[in-house]
Amino acid sequence: MNDSVLMLTVMAAIGLGTPIVFATVGEILAERSGILNLGVQGMMLFGAVMGFWATFQTGSLWLGVLLAVIAGAAISVIHAFNSVTLRVSQIVSGLALTIFGTGVAIFIGRAGSSPLVGRPSREIFEPIFPQSFADIPLVGPLIFGHDALVYLSWVIVAIASYYLFHTRPGLTVRAVGEDPASAEAAGINVSRVRYIHVMLGGALAGLGGAYFSLALVPSWQDNPIGSAGWIAIALVILASWRPWRALWVAYLFGAAGRVNFTFQTLEINIPSNLLAMLPFLLAIIAMLILASGKRARLLGSPEALGVPYYREER
Amino acid sequence: MPDTDQRNDTPAIELRNIDKSFYGVFANADVNFSLAKGEVHTLLGENGAGKSTLCSVMAGLYRPDSGEMLFDGKPTVFKSPKDALAAGVGMVYQHFRLVANLTVAENLALGNPEVGLRLSQSELEAEAKELGERYDFPVDPSARIWQLSVGQQQRVEILKLLYRDAKILILDEPTAVLTPQEGESLFRAMRMLADEGRSLIFVSHKLHEVKAVSDRVTVLREGRVVGAVDTVDAEPRDLARMMVGKDLVLPTRKPNESVGDEVLVIKDLVVEDDRGLDAVDGLSITVNAGEVVGIAGVSGNGQRELAQGIVGLMKVKSGSVYLDGTDVTKMSVLAKIKRGIAYVPQSRLGMGLAPGLTTEDNLALKQYREPPYSKGPLLSAAAFKQKGAELIEQFDVRGVRPGLPIRLLSGGNLQKALIAREVVQDHSLLIARSPTRGLDVGATATVRDHILAERDRGIAVLLISEDLDELLALSDRLVVIYEGRIVGEMLASEATAERLGLLMSGHQEDQPA
Repeated sequence: MNDSVLMLTVMAAIGLGTPIVFATVGEILAERSGILNLGVQGMMLFGAVMGFWATFQTGSLWLGVLLAVIAGAAISVIHAFNSVTLRVSQIVSGLALTIFGTGVAIFIGRAGSSPLVGRPSREIFEPIFPQSFADIPLVGPLIFGHDALVYLSWVIVAIASYYLFHTRPGLTVRAVGEDPASAEAAGINVSRVRYIHVMLGGALAGLGGAYFSLALVPSWQDNPIGSAGWIAIALVILASWRPWRALWVAYLFGAAGRVNFTFQTLEINIPSNLLAMLPFLLAIIAMLILASGKRARLLGSPEALGVPYYREER
Repeated sequence: MPDTDQRNDTPAIELRNIDKSFYGVFANADVNFSLAKGEVHTLLGENGAGKSTLCSVMAGLYRPDSGEMLFDGKPTVFKSPKDALAAGVGMVYQHFRLVANLTVAENLALGNPEVGLRLSQSELEAEAKELGERYDFPVDPSARIWQLSVGQQQRVEILKLLYRDAKILILDEPTAVLTPQEGESLFRAMRMLADEGRSLIFVSHKLHEVKAVSDRVTVLREGRVVGAVDTVDAEPRDLARMMVGKDLVLPTRKPNESVGDEVLVIKDLVVEDDRGLDAVDGLSITVNAGEVVGIAGVSGNGQRELAQGIVGLMKVKSGSVYLDGTDVTKMSVLAKIKRGIAYVPQSRLGMGLAPGLTTEDNLALKQYREPPYSKGPLLSAAAFKQKGAELIEQFDVRGVRPGLPIRLLSGGNLQKALIAREVVQDHSLLIARSPTRGLDVGATATVRDHILAERDRGIAVLLISEDLDELLALSDRLVVIYEGRIVGEMLASEATAERLGLLMSGHQEDQPA
């Protein structure tokens, strides 16, 4: 039962979905504060390479994770500065961040006389419960079959959701993303809120990146994450800016990424390149359905998303 | 009058020699102002007189360039609205600072340090309800702001300040958006707050309101204080003269001489709002050449949808719109402009003008496709400049500086520019939404003159407004709408503010009020 195609697909969906969960929740936090950050791909790659490097140097997975988180937050400051302080186009700044982060990650991976590229990771995240737990039918693998970061992702989703909808600072974030002028009139420091949440977004993107390089594809290649950063941005809309929904849609996309393999085992013959497009096609279709017309507002898109805020404007 | 015992000699706020300028233009110059404890103090002045700027300085939103502010006798600098609120100074802005997608209770909790880290919706709602009842301001605390009427939103704004226990409340033109009845209820609440020992600054440019609610009045003109008097000593005529700097002649409306053919005929019009509800629900109206038909109603009863449905900015669900006998219901906005619909929308900077473009560019926005603005695919800079200068001169648009965006103009000048652009094109119908909203006495008179001039040269005018003064001053016929339907229709000569007010709040004519 635990070896059925369905179970394998579900497990793969959780595995492939986890880095996207981190990045999507991070982007939700940034966008809830009104800042669109298209730099997710770059932040994830930077986190991935820094995490890989730290683990490679120290042999400690958790130091790798820590550095990935710091790296993601640090590189996101560029975007926060551009969009909050300088108020340049968030689209342009975010795209620049992706290009920059990608370039830096490749550079770091290839720099030096013994580059990281092509090397396997010294340590790998593995399931934390004993195999005997995971052998329990059905619930075994689903509940006990994961590595620590998967459980961490669940905790983060729960915290993010509670934070946004049941705490005062969370209300502040939502207000800043909806209507910064009103928030400021209520005594809120709009810039600070935006900086903090862009950086939280960066930290989670970095963490998502590290999940690739330390768990999913535990070796360094120029781009171990595929297009996960872009998918995360699309999933924010699909999740209608809600962390719990982000978890489910990320797993859905994890499953879509696995379909290729599943179809092969079931001996269904569809060209693999077509199937590889499936997650992206799904993203486009879902956005078309969800984001069209009157539904957009009900979805919960922050009103001031992507709009620079000027204070002393008459 | 409040109990004099409640006042002590230290003013709640005192301003000394306050200067504030934007982009090198003075908004406030050398302003001295004093607010006593427990008084309602009116700041009176035309638009662009610097009232809002002065209020924003006191509320910590703007920092003065120079000058001193004494708060309860002590020199104080508010670095932000948060600072000001913490000290007990709160402001209700002309454009409400409420987050539309959040609930009433959430808006009250926003930025309030006394609310705990954990948010309990039910506790918040209970508190909001209790507070509302104490001040006779009933609002549903779980409603989202966008579901409320403008009058209710204003109550939320005031409750927000009371929730923070503000001792000084600054109300920036609060009556501009209210029905006469709502205004009365606001005035009662203001007196109640003053009697509790709070101080209120009431910004207005309506003379009759000064007497109705305030103890003292300070008049501003061109950013400077012209004078401060106790209300009991103030004659409306004197105040008007102080405001505009000369004797004011209020325009007296000539009745329309002759009514021409039907220009605009609307039949059973239904238009949905953004939420998919029928905001205009089967309206039929006819406007003839040479008459002004006023649509009266409280904001949010289908005004926006009616106007935008006619001009083609919103989709008409059913019914038809005829212009000069032709069915134009399904035509594009551009086609309708070409057929002769001129439109002055309510939000000048949001929809009427392109805030970042220059005044000249804005004046050409509806005609730039044609000569002399266009020569084939190219635009003629010379024509923009020359035609722009002509219109600026003819419509007396002041404060225009070459190369600077139009958003820097004051409200009155923005409106003059917008009207100039709309009426200079060939048209048979002019639709105007609240064209004098937020304008001072002088600019209001000018705008009214322009609209009456349009009528007198045979244009059909549909005036959609929430301001009864404006409707009564301009309209020949009045139609009252409530929830997207017509609830009353009368000649302007038969209309009174009271009768209109009752209809606007949904009372049918035949029922006792």
